[in-house]
Amino acid sequence: MTAPKPSMIAFASPAATPSLRQPSGGGVRDASRPRRRRQAAVLPGFGTSAAITSLVMTCLVILPLAVLVFKAASLGPAGFLAAAWTPRARAAYAVSLSASFLASVASSLMGLLVAWVLVRVPFPGRRILDALVDVPLALPTAVAGLVYSSLYVEKGWLGRFLVPAGIKGAYSFLGIVLVLVFVSLPFAVRVVQPVIESLDRESEEAARILGASRLQTFLRVVLPALLPAVVTGFALSLARALGEYGSVVFISGNMPFKTEIAPVLIVSRLEEYAYAEATAIAVVLLALSIVLLVVVNALQQRLAASSH
Amino acid sequence: MHAPRRHTVDAPAAWSAALVAAAAAIVGLFIVVPLAAVFAEAFADGASAWWAALVHDPDTRHAIWLSLTVAPVAVAVNTIFGVAAAWLIARFRFPGRSLLISLVDVPFSVSPVVAGLALVLIFGRLGLLGPTLAWLQWKIIFAWPGLVLATTFVTLPLVVRELIPVMEAIGPDEEMAAVSLGAGGWQVFTRITLPNIRWALLHGIVLANARAMGEFGAVYVVSGHIAGATDTMPLRVEKLFQEYRTPASMAVASVLAGLALVTLVAKFVIERRMEAESRDLAAARTVEDSPSQDNLQGSAA
Repeated sequence: MTAPKPSMIAFASPAATPSLRQPSGGGVRDASRPRRRRQAAVLPGFGTSAAITSLVMTCLVILPLAVLVFKAASLGPAGFLAAAWTPRARAAYAVSLSASFLASVASSLMGLLVAWVLVRVPFPGRRILDALVDVPLALPTAVAGLVYSSLYVEKGWLGRFLVPAGIKGAYSFLGIVLVLVFVSLPFAVRVVQPVIESLDRESEEAARILGASRLQTFLRVVLPALLPAVVTGFALSLARALGEYGSVVFISGNMPFKTEIAPVLIVSRLEEYAYAEATAIAVVLLALSIVLLVVVNALQQRLAASSH
Repeated sequence: MHAPRRHTVDAPAAWSAALVAAAAAIVGLFIVVPLAAVFAEAFADGASAWWAALVHDPDTRHAIWLSLTVAPVAVAVNTIFGVAAAWLIARFRFPGRSLLISLVDVPFSVSPVVAGLALVLIFGRLGLLGPTLAWLQWKIIFAWPGLVLATTFVTLPLVVRELIPVMEAIGPDEEMAAVSLGAGGWQVFTRITLPNIRWALLHGIVLANARAMGEFGAVYVVSGHIAGATDTMPLRVEKLFQEYRTPASMAVASVLAGLALVTLVAKFVIERRMEAESRDLAAARTVEDSPSQDNLQGSAA
């Protein structure tokens, strides 16, 4: 059994684990003794690791998020709605959702293409292209935002061609989409890449031999096999894009009702000490994140199951 | 396995070239051009101007120092947590294990701003622990501890998620053998587990460090972005940008970008080692399962 290929998108869900190696300890196994107790008795460190894990998880994850939800709940349903559903907040949700959606669609499609090329087409420099795909994962979002805005303004390297043509990449909705594509591209590529690698080429060959054109083969044989992975990549990109703050702040201009995303609105309210409003909007974002997390986990489990 | 043969479905060269060009254009436009632009703009006025921007501004110097003190602490905490949680999740089965695995992923999906706000709601002046902290005269929000907390939160899953697959693939056999031979917990960990997971651990640390140095949203919220006091490097980039001091902003950004490139190189090297080790592991397993060993096991039963 080989260790899974290292990946920044690697996940740890029960379905992903290789078959559980029960402690055998040599010799005949006593069927009357329950397994779990045997395992805990043999391997040390349960107490210590459980203590450290619970402490950190409680203090750093559970408690802060619980306080957030509790604070929002203390507003009461009417108060919560009044805070989370203001016209400006609605506009912010719309901007966030639409920009993230568009960016994720673009990322998924481009990610599929890039992943396909990386796996199927041998060319000089393929290793370099492969390494470059990970750049957005390592580059601070503030740097990405800064450089994107400087590229697409009128005097920028790209802006000097695009702005006269009417394409405003900086301080616009388009800018938000561009930068969200940047941050989500690695997710779209890396989820689809292993699936393409494990594609059964014989099906494709059979289709070609039976007379299908290249396009037909791709649409009828390859794409259906890749669809779950593409959808998973889309969901991951969406989750990533919705929460993005650092890069968008530089490039969007943050104009309320026009280019203000939900995280920017939260910070804005916070700086004006409108804690209630900030909390309510944050809880809406949090709920969205949790839903996406559940969806992504389910998709990834199905992906892992189907690859076995 | 048959010898490699030319697939009948190989695309014509022109089509392949077009695909490669398209992929290169995508990566070029979205990734390469921006990366190049950071360095080009940072050094536009020459290396001495770049150096001056970094070193002569006391607030920038402080930001660099702050990043260098916040990120390692966050990474250290996450390393300890990561090892503990991976050991717990990979080696034991207990009620709530699935929930724990999902919870560990939460910082990945939550917006960093939401995380920062949650921390402010607990540790801020008007927060849950606000009065207690004021009485103790401990400043967390708008101070270094808050930055560490926020950074630790956002990088929490990184080390754990690296370790769990590797620990599960390797299996508990060696550790169990050590225990049955009388090794204590710490011995098992340092002599058996740690050498097995060292590359995955290093991989996780490298990623966590990159993320920690670059974190913006969560730190922005908890820091109060007080220049010269609570601005980390990414926040400094933003502040300089707001003050229309773009060349200086680019200079700091270029340092962060340089760090990102170093991270990628380190990651590449570590991944090669990991793949080599997993190949060795697979080969060793094949030897174990070969018939000659079965005789020995049969006689020991």
